[in-house]
Amino acid sequence: MSSTDSTEIAKTDESSLASDLDKSLSDSISKKFSNVEIAYVKPDRIRVNVKKEDIIDVASFIRDELNFDHAESVSGVDYPEDKQIEVVYHLGSYTDTSLDKKILALATRTPREDNPRPGNDSTKLPSLRDVFPSVSFHERECFEMLGVYFDGHPDNRRLLLPEDWADMPPLRKDFRIKGR
Amino acid sequence: MSSQVYPKDKEILPGLQIEKVDDRIMTLNVGPQHPGSGHMRIIIKVDGDYIVHTDPDPGYVHRGEEKMAEYRNYITNIPHLERPVIHDSCNILYPYCLGVEELLGLEVPERAKYLRVIAAELNRCVYIEYWLAIYGIFLGHSTMFMWPVGDRELLIDLLDKMTGARVTHAYFVPGGVRNDVPPNFEDVCLRQVNYFEKRLKEYADVFYDNPILISRTKDTGILSREDAIKLGTTGSVLRASGVDFDIRKKEPYDVYEEMDFQTNVLKEGDSYARSKIPWLDMFESCRIIRDALKKMPKSGSVRVKLKPKPKGGDTEVYRRVESGRGSLGMHIVSRGMPQPYRLKISVPSFRNLIAMPHLLTGEKLGNMPAVYWSLNYWPVEADR
Amino acid sequence: MVDDLVTSKQSKGLTIVDQINSHNANVFVGKLGDILYKAVDKPLGMALNWGRLWSLWPVHIETACCSVEFGAASGPRYDVERFGIIEAFGSLRQCDLVVVQGTITRKMAPRLRLVYDQMPEPKYVIAMGACAITGGLYFDSYNVLPGIDGILPVDVYVPGCPPRPETLIQGCMLLQEKIKRMKPR
Repeated sequence: MSSTDSTEIAKTDESSLASDLDKSLSDSISKKFSNVEIAYVKPDRIRVNVKKEDIIDVASFIRDELNFDHAESVSGVDYPEDKQIEVVYHLGSYTDTSLDKKILALATRTPREDNPRPGNDSTKLPSLRDVFPSVSFHERECFEMLGVYFDGHPDNRRLLLPEDWADMPPLRKDFRIKGR
Repeated sequence: MSSQVYPKDKEILPGLQIEKVDDRIMTLNVGPQHPGSGHMRIIIKVDGDYIVHTDPDPGYVHRGEEKMAEYRNYITNIPHLERPVIHDSCNILYPYCLGVEELLGLEVPERAKYLRVIAAELNRCVYIEYWLAIYGIFLGHSTMFMWPVGDRELLIDLLDKMTGARVTHAYFVPGGVRNDVPPNFEDVCLRQVNYFEKRLKEYADVFYDNPILISRTKDTGILSREDAIKLGTTGSVLRASGVDFDIRKKEPYDVYEEMDFQTNVLKEGDSYARSKIPWLDMFESCRIIRDALKKMPKSGSVRVKLKPKPKGGDTEVYRRVESGRGSLGMHIVSRGMPQPYRLKISVPSFRNLIAMPHLLTGEKLGNMPAVYWSLNYWPVEADR
Repeated sequence: MVDDLVTSKQSKGLTIVDQINSHNANVFVGKLGDILYKAVDKPLGMALNWGRLWSLWPVHIETACCSVEFGAASGPRYDVERFGIIEAFGSLRQCDLVVVQGTITRKMAPRLRLVYDQMPEPKYVIAMGACAITGGLYFDSYNVLPGIDGILPVDVYVPGCPPRPETLIQGCMLLQEKIKRMKPR
């Protein structure tokens, strides 16, 4: 049994295994917003791809109507061949007990530049800090690690890297670590 | 004459204006060389004895784990991924192994699931004991440093028997656990855990019922239920604020569904409640270990054979577990390579860090260590 | 320098005591140790070294995860304080040992050097853990120094990832041996 085969089988199984609640959550998002893509609905895991112009509206809808109230993590993924950087917000809920197991991944993409000048180039996204206050430090980390500037974030400062860091953001794919 | 050369309130040369500074406000750098900071710096502004502004400055142990993970395959990632929380190493590997198993479509043997639960719960106690020891020394309570560090060695001995290492176990691998336990492990484990639980009860007399401790921690750093949810805190910080959320109950992984335990929730949300929740958790851990020892199948394989350099499909997973500090999630993006394309470790310490400026601002400076360490915060993990 | 001063003044027929006034009193007090070393070199030096052996107090600076085992070494089972060493202490002005507890990142390195520079002489350095010696597991990380040799003069290396508390104790006792044989200064 090769590993790739098994994952494909698992994937098809998973979408059929997803519960009615998962499907109703994804349906309510796709009904409300026309240009939103539901990437997958696995059991307890939903992924929604949105355009960066719509992200604040979708996030507010998810918070107010679907009761997701905090962000678990914000991960940035670099795709140099698409010339894009993806930022995935993993949202969860503490208040609604029916959503305990659910994680809703809200993903958006922003253009990427080969010579990054963090904060001064087109790699920008609207900040979700006003919708979910819990993303505030995660977005700061994403800014320094991938060079994504968050518009509307009052505190786009350096967090983890040394003060004298002058190289490109380290989690970009074209940043090579030594010996590799 | 001089008034003509230097007219008052007029024409100050650009660049020479003196910024107005309130002399009452003083900036303090707590750390990184400070007994009350750990591996980080907290920039605090104080007005007299009261903190008016807090700016945490982590990153002193930022080692680039996430970048390194992109250059190592799924198996060779194990040793360096457990280094951020060296004394809770089983729990930080747990979501990674669950995620990789989901990627590769592996089924874990039944005995391995129970061994994982036992190792994870022992490790949780080891973590909490160390945390409690440091909390004791932060509050100037030397006995509370000595007792937990001493009792912790009992459980380290057990883990040593189980895994062969004192703190860095590397026990969890995708597809099971690395090796089986020695033959008489169950009896030794039961005896040690029973003794350990008896010792835990004595902590109440010396620490939790101590009037000095209560006066230092009660009603300091109060985090309300709404704020705890809004800030996305997790683990003991969240449960001390009255939110009943434990991943072991809410999203059971492996055999936690069959285990007999309860979650501890307190409503006060102050430093005392936050320091009490981990202690109560240790009793539940002892219950889980005893239950798992009883229900564990007596023999069977503990590990699935893996091909060298296994490859994941073109997909992504997000798995989370309840660690000693709270919900620990791993987001693995796979693109059909032996290495993860991107590995994001969402650590509870980093999530609880957001609550620090909120809690410390407005407190007295003397309460800083009591509030700071009650956040169940381990700087090395937050920096990754 | 003091010797030069002393000889030049003596040649003019004045004693040292005559030269002391409120401006240079500090210099003379500060150099008193040097004068004493010169006067009674060997026996006093041995006594000084013996004193330093049993008061190796480390600075309270944690740099990475080896601090867990450092803490365990102070606990009841290993009880390192029975050797008179590694008593965790707050102020670096009263310390004479830096135990570098693991990985040094680029952000921590200037701070570590600053701490070392602020300490009074004599001072010793123990590099604890593989990361502090060569970079260890993090040899290819972008933010980790490949060992602390570039920033601090290391006396004893304690290998391990992390070293067990026994290893740390052995490292400290090796440092004591080293001090015993050192030329006092």
